[in-house]
Amino acid sequence: MPKIKMPKNSPSIDMTPMVDLAFLLVTFFMLISQFRAEEAAVIDIPSSVSDLKIPEKELLMILVDKKDRVFFNLTGQEERVEVLEKMGEKYGIVFNAEQKKEFSNMASFGVPMKQLQYYLDANSSERKKLAETTSGIPIDSLNCEICNWIYYARRTAPKFRVAIKGDQVTSYPVVRKVMDYLQDDNIGKVNKFNLITNMETGPSN
Amino acid sequence: MAELSTDDGGGGKKHGKKRAKKSSTRIDMTPMVDLGFLLLTFFILTTTFNKPQAMQLTMPKKIKDPSELENSSKVDDDHTINILLTKNNTVYWYFGIADPNKGALPALNKVSYGPNGLRKILIDENNKRHRTYDEIEKLKKMVAEGKMPKDSLSKKKIAFLDDPKRKASILTVLLKPDKDAKYKNIVDALDEMAICNIGIYALLESNPIEDQMIANAQSYN
Repeated sequence: MPKIKMPKNSPSIDMTPMVDLAFLLVTFFMLISQFRAEEAAVIDIPSSVSDLKIPEKELLMILVDKKDRVFFNLTGQEERVEVLEKMGEKYGIVFNAEQKKEFSNMASFGVPMKQLQYYLDANSSERKKLAETTSGIPIDSLNCEICNWIYYARRTAPKFRVAIKGDQVTSYPVVRKVMDYLQDDNIGKVNKFNLITNMETGPSN
Repeated sequence: MAELSTDDGGGGKKHGKKRAKKSSTRIDMTPMVDLGFLLLTFFILTTTFNKPQAMQLTMPKKIKDPSELENSSKVDDDHTINILLTKNNTVYWYFGIADPNKGALPALNKVSYGPNGLRKILIDENNKRHRTYDEIEKLKKMVAEGKMPKDSLSKKKIAFLDDPKRKASILTVLLKPDKDAKYKNIVDALDEMAICNIGIYALLESNPIEDQMIANAQSYN
């Protein structure tokens, strides 16, 4: 019987196109991804059917975590420095250039003014520790630091959108208080908020 | 790994000529591929595509001057549902206004969040008044099918709700979270407003009478 001879193919494959593709994708993802600065607060946001997307720029954000601590965030480095300087004037604290730079690169923060300098000087691990133990920005009407943050931020950047990011188990009165300050004609003077939520799929759940 | 030597340059020649050994021009690319895919995986996993989603909430303007209250819109008892949000993700609702001076307090009805609870009631009540839910749903469908530009949706909605023959009897929903409500409850309730196409709704605070009503209702259970 004649043997059927299978053509001996080389088992090696030309991998060049695959490599090309892989590196193309790597380049794509490298360029598209942006690393965000670490948030001081861990917040598990509720989900909603709303599909409105908000830009990550030009945003004034108030965060309330599950322990009802209030954090503050403002995008834009120049704006941040300006607000910090005004807050320093108000509370009689002078921030040095390094602290200002650190502040402008930070994400959200939630420490009282008294601790802010220490917080800015701290290294990342100390800061993380501090963010865990902090009491948040005071929202008492007697010592309303968040009011001042809102006041100066709204005046420095009046066009910024206002967003509230709350945890699922944040208690409502705290959020309400923050909203009241935001709405107050002498503080925030804004009646339109964006509540940051997760995507939920349709009303069928 | 997968690469076998396909080197056939010079080795098997039986001529006596000495030749410089031709080395293969092929390079083993496996490690490079490995590295490429490793990086690829890393970047895929670390990339966050999703921008934050948000829900827009417009709050009523604060009224300081009592005389302004005269001009503000009055809430019609017959077309108003009050939704009380309280602890343990509980929802109560009642019609009209709870005012002890106007006779007996309305009874609280307990419902759950979700399709069979709050949503069913709201859609039913909304449809009882000019079939508001169905009409707005139609508009939404037209947008989804591309028959209508998205930005004209809110204009059409307002035109429908502001029609003089409907305006006085459109369903109004008042959301009243008490001090034990969680932020998630508010978002869920606001979500229901959007799903049920409620024309007019507002986020308020529960008053002492309603707190008492909730306390009574909870003590029965």
